[in-house]
Amino acid sequence: MITKRIIPCLDVKEGRVVKGIQFVGLRDAGDPVELSSFYDEQGADELVFLDISASHEGRKTMVDVVREVAGTLAIPFTVGGGINTLDDMRTILRAGADKVSLNTAAVKRPELISEGADYFGSQCIVTAIDAKFDEALASWRIYTHGGRTSTDWEVTDWAKEVVQRGAGEILLTSMDQDGAKNGFDLSLTEAVNQAVSVPVIASGGAGAKEHFTDVFEKTNADAALAASIFHYKETSVEEVKKHLREKGVRVR
Amino acid sequence: MIGIIDYGMGNLHSVSKALERLNLPYFLSENTDELNKADGLILPGVGSFHDAMGLLKEKEQETFIKTWAADGRPLLGICLGMQLLFEGSEENGETEGLGFLPGYAKLFPGKTKEGTAYKVPHMGWNKLTFQQPQHILLQDTEEGHVYFVHSYVIDTEDKDVLIATSDYYGEVPAVVGRGRVLGTQFHPEKSSTLGMKLLENFGRMVSEGRNTDE
Repeated sequence: MITKRIIPCLDVKEGRVVKGIQFVGLRDAGDPVELSSFYDEQGADELVFLDISASHEGRKTMVDVVREVAGTLAIPFTVGGGINTLDDMRTILRAGADKVSLNTAAVKRPELISEGADYFGSQCIVTAIDAKFDEALASWRIYTHGGRTSTDWEVTDWAKEVVQRGAGEILLTSMDQDGAKNGFDLSLTEAVNQAVSVPVIASGGAGAKEHFTDVFEKTNADAALAASIFHYKETSVEEVKKHLREKGVRVR
Repeated sequence: MIGIIDYGMGNLHSVSKALERLNLPYFLSENTDELNKADGLILPGVGSFHDAMGLLKEKEQETFIKTWAADGRPLLGICLGMQLLFEGSEENGETEGLGFLPGYAKLFPGKTKEGTAYKVPHMGWNKLTFQQPQHILLQDTEEGHVYFVHSYVIDTEDKDVLIATSDYYGEVPAVVGRGRVLGTQFHPEKSSTLGMKLLENFGRMVSEGRNTDE
């Protein structure tokens, strides 16, 4: 049977990995190529690169990064951040990324999902969803622009909408849990899982290896994503997988 | 020399990069005269079966590939490229495939016989079970995990074409072939060491011009 995936996420700005990476032995801790090989060797199942460049130049650099990473990495990777048009998707996919992730642009113009899915196939189109609990709504609300702008979308409605439009996977981030390091948002993850038929990646809140076991034992998430916990070496992909294996969760 | 068939679909870059890492000489082309100079062909592809067959016809590659296979020259289909080797797909109604191998691509039902729903696409790392452990493609490998992304799965009565299978709410033909027409449902170029070894084995088969019919 299929295994649960562990996905480290790397933030890239102007072609460099940012967020204090503390790996001993790396010649250049900001080099996306070197870091992605490092995670590959550790047993990461996939990688996500999030381009947080603000400039046009930075975005162009990202394409070079994608090309270089694709040249060395023998596992799949997704690129998100600043993908607004079909052309942007084409550029990133042709450079060698396996999937693109759409967030704000998809909320602004949901047709973008259908266009991408029709052209490249659903398996290339990930929709990233940032959700935050809303008391008044008694559910989670979707945010865009890196969590700065609220929308009228309720999370399960939006998840159904993106899948119906052809998204092949959902990268679901809990804004409430993000950075808190006390575990994934299990109820949010399961709510979205129940709403859609495509794989769901849980994100936001990983602070210990046990949190990964939790999310796989208590929800139907297909994958779990984390950034700082791996970058700051609080745990490693290897340790997480070892723990999952001991608990009887299938991993590669 | 391996020729990668460029028909406008699929991630040619990652396949070519994988061959580069293995030091296997290759070229990309959509031109059948050029491709005919290769010792082996790779048919990549992601996306729609219907669109892919349309493009192969439009670029007059379909006839070329059929002649190639009939001459017993090595061909490796990857992902959608593998499904195209079969008789057809139920996607977009019925679309006829290249017809080298018996079977049809069918959409994963997304529900077991018992009524339990499951995720479609089949996306992620799944384990291979070798059906023909002696096969040249599987030489010097052990059963392990490879990376799948697909919504359609091959349904075949003819178990002889199954070289390795996987399990996703039923049997998933993962490495298939007959003679020198071969295919992988998963992406070997994205499947870490095991996937790379399979590509290497195909490369060796191509360079040695070895027959697998025995």
